[in-house]
Amino acid sequence: MWDYLKLVVLGLVALLAAIAANYARDFPFHLHMLLFMVAAGGLFLWTLRRMEEPRRVPAASGYMDGPVRAGVIATAFWGVVGFLVGVWIAAQLAWPGLNFHWAEGYLNFGRLRPLHTSAVIFAFGGNALIATSFYVVQRTSAARLWGGNAAWFVFWGYNFFIVLAATGYVLGVTQSKEYAEPEWYIDLWLTIVWVVYLAVFLGTIMNRKERHIYVANWFYLSFIVTIAMLHLVNNAALPVSVFGSKSVILWPGVQDAMIQWWYGHNAVGFFLTAGFLGMMYYFIPKQAERPVYSYKLSIIHFWALIFLYIWAGPHHLHYTALPDWASTLGMVFSVMLWMPSWGGMINGLMTLSGAWDKLRTDPIIRMMVVSVGFYGMSTFEGPMMSIRAVNSLSHYTDWTIGHVHSGALGWNGMITFGALYFLVPRLWNRERLYSLALVSWHFWLATIGIVLYAASMWVTGIMEGLMWREVDAQGYLVNAFADTVAAKFPMYVVRAIGGLLFLTGACIMCYNLWKTVTSVGEKRPAATAVPAE
Amino acid sequence: MSTTDRKPRPGEPETTGHEWDGIEEYNNPLPAWWLWIFYATIAWSVVYTVLYPAWPLVQRATGGTLGWSTRADVAAEIARFEERNEPLFARLVAADLADIGADDELNRFAVSAGASVFRAQCSQCHGAGAGGVQASGFPNLLDNEWLWGGSIDDILLTVSHGIRNETDPDARYSQMPAFGEMLTAEEIEDIVAHVRRLSSQSHDAARAAAGETLYLDNCASCHGEAGEGDRAQGAPALDNAIWLYGGSEAAIRHTITYSRWGVMPAFADRLREAEIRAVALYVHQLGGGE
Ligand code: HEC
Ligand code: HEC
Ligand code: HEM
Ligand code: HEM
Repeated sequence: MWDYLKLVVLGLVALLAAIAANYARDFPFHLHMLLFMVAAGGLFLWTLRRMEEPRRVPAASGYMDGPVRAGVIATAFWGVVGFLVGVWIAAQLAWPGLNFHWAEGYLNFGRLRPLHTSAVIFAFGGNALIATSFYVVQRTSAARLWGGNAAWFVFWGYNFFIVLAATGYVLGVTQSKEYAEPEWYIDLWLTIVWVVYLAVFLGTIMNRKERHIYVANWFYLSFIVTIAMLHLVNNAALPVSVFGSKSVILWPGVQDAMIQWWYGHNAVGFFLTAGFLGMMYYFIPKQAERPVYSYKLSIIHFWALIFLYIWAGPHHLHYTALPDWASTLGMVFSVMLWMPSWGGMINGLMTLSGAWDKLRTDPIIRMMVVSVGFYGMSTFEGPMMSIRAVNSLSHYTDWTIGHVHSGALGWNGMITFGALYFLVPRLWNRERLYSLALVSWHFWLATIGIVLYAASMWVTGIMEGLMWREVDAQGYLVNAFADTVAAKFPMYVVRAIGGLLFLTGACIMCYNLWKTVTSVGEKRPAATAVPAE
Repeated sequence: MSTTDRKPRPGEPETTGHEWDGIEEYNNPLPAWWLWIFYATIAWSVVYTVLYPAWPLVQRATGGTLGWSTRADVAAEIARFEERNEPLFARLVAADLADIGADDELNRFAVSAGASVFRAQCSQCHGAGAGGVQASGFPNLLDNEWLWGGSIDDILLTVSHGIRNETDPDARYSQMPAFGEMLTAEEIEDIVAHVRRLSSQSHDAARAAAGETLYLDNCASCHGEAGEGDRAQGAPALDNAIWLYGGSEAAIRHTITYSRWGVMPAFADRLREAEIRAVALYVHQLGGGE
């Protein structure tokens, strides 16, 4: 019965996609509908052929780690892709000649920048969040993932979304909203995937055998729910034609700007912060083998963070058409956000206290410490940059770019690397990692890379901010814009080198993880994962 | 739910008693410094929202007791400089630009104001140093080779109304025909050789000889018989080594076949009169002014 339903749905999707592809008004839409058609059609045939076979009784007991394993591979893969594009666009900013004439309209900076941001945030970060949340929620609830193969649907569906988004950017499909570039039909697809993700996660929590919900799961859940809400509101749009990729956003003018940055800031707050705090709350105590420092702190800072983040968006729109009152509110909520953010850092760092000796021996712990350190740094820097007087200098400059990447490379990158090193031996049931020395190399390359990146951007950011506002005695600007660009060149080179080091570290990680899976002995006795109790 | 029986080590804080996948939680209190800074930021925020525009009400938002507003801030700052510069602006608008050199103070003011206007408004096309962009249609303003004229009045007119734009009816205007539709490829090759000869570059002598009559028939009315150019029509001189679009055979061939269409925006409605005068003076004194 279930199989027949599946066949009907898949067949319908394939048919509709074929019709849409046939009537497509632009090439990217045509291509994307063909992809939908091939995917749905392929699944249709696959399901049909398997209906004959006797059903393999799915192992209903034990944790479901297949999607987690797939997610770990996807995280590593997209990480390298995203960093590579990052290094490339950093080089394009330093040497504009790398915007090759023959690639104009496909691989120039404007097309690649959203590819970079989406590849690192949504593909690398998103896969890391989905994979770890599936791993963590099962362990801390002592329950198998709810919904059978739904978790597989989430994995493949999400990665299909990424392929649509990425090919779309290169071909020029965008609604020009930062971090929400994909067009309406891609947004709709993500909505479906996300609802299933929420269902799987919630279902697992409801099946839990523990009485309390572990704090990591609060964070993961807040991330999933809030992203759903942000996504729906910010992407409210009317397609110009159901057979074309272009759509028109429903929100007008300054309201649109406000909603965009309400979305944008909370993408940072819930995707890059709350979700990753979920990761931190599981992997740090596990790797350090220490209890979490303070339960009270985790409750208070969780609720404070959730409540305050959602109001802070207007700090992205200081000194614009946004009314002053909204900008004031954005600013004070950001300042109040400082301590709630640091609550996570304190809990992370203090959990490690008592395990400080491990810092010398365990490079994974070292990554986690650096990660939490950068989290603290960027959540101090952020509230400071929200203050109008500071923002009038920092806004539009590379300072923002430096802030982004000390958070992104330092906090998101490092905690994800730590989690991957933790997960791979366990997921593939290996005794240990292939090489701790390589982890150390990765640690140092990444750390130096981040420092080069952040420091060079502070220098150029503050320099260009000062140059832009410099006026002579008559009130005339002293510098041409081109002067500031020329002055930034050396620092752009430094940034590109920093990015290259970070990328090299990630490649070393991939090699190390690969060797761990292929050439390290199995762990014995094979610890079959069974939900506890 | 699993609880732990693990005895705390001496001096270890107590745990909450829960355990998830081996993770426990200490029952430590909130760090006092953390809590106090949190309170302090809240208190500061409350005060700040009283002082500055903040809370939306039914009709409008609270304005803050300081009466501060970003727009008023900018307006005040602009007004401050305007007030300071007003007398000099007035003198600049009234002055006869041709002998402004006599008024040293005004001249210095005008040139520094003009330099600033240039950096903000002109440098993206003409380069920060006014050197133009070689062979891409953006002329060098440092030399004494002029398309439309290098006297202060000529420059003033160019800046005020621009060139070949669609917004200003008084813009300087001329159009070189695209000869690709009128001449054969062979004939164009001959003219290319002749133009190369005019500018003393290497050329095929036989072709150049054949090109001469074609040139005189088709081009001389604008570019002059010897390629000296014509400022009335903005037709560049072809008898020297300075090129707007380039003097290579390929570039000349392209110009003749398809013609060119160099556009410069008008500034009369973007800048105030005094600023246009200032920037014209600035360009004039760069070296090539006549
Ligand atoms: C959008 C690009 C652009 C901007 C901005 C621009 N120009 Fe131009 N300008 C041009 C082009 C193109 C020409 C040459 C047009 C032609 O082919 O005749 C030109 C020509 C000139 C000329 C005539 C040169 C000659 O040889 O006669 C002067 C003078 C000049 N510009 C001054 C300025 C000043 C001063 C400003 C700033 C207030 C300015 N331009 C801004 C594109 C620009
Ligand atoms: C109606 C007047 C007119 C006629 C006729 C004309 N030109 Fe031009 N020519 C111009 C103008 C005006 C420009 C500048 C175009 C611009 O800046 O957009 C120009 C530009 C050029 C240039 C580019 C100069 C440089 O510095 O890069 C060349 C070469 C040239 N013309 C050659 C010719 C030749 C050869 C002929 C005859 C076949 C010809 N022109 C006929 C008006 C004319
Ligand atoms: C090798 C590492 C990386 C390099 C070299 C790199 C480089 C860059 C460059 C050059 C830009 C454009 C800056 C500009 O427009 O001036 C950028 C933007 C951005 N990157 Fe990265 N990046 C890297 C990794 C990451 C990671 C891991 C993340 C997130 C997890 C990230 C998130 C972003 C974001 C959000 C922006 C947009 C910032 C803004 O608009 O303010 N980057 N990056
Ligand atoms: C308390 C926490 C934080 C606050 C108050 C904060 C505040 C700010 C401010 C004021 C800006 C500059 C806006 C502008 O001038 O345009 C900014 C930009 C940004 N921040 Fe943060 N930040 C915080 C934490 C973080 C963290 C942890 C990350 C990443 C992991 C992050 C990622 C970003 C990104 C991606 C942007 C660039 C947005 C854009 O313009 O494209 N922030 N933040």
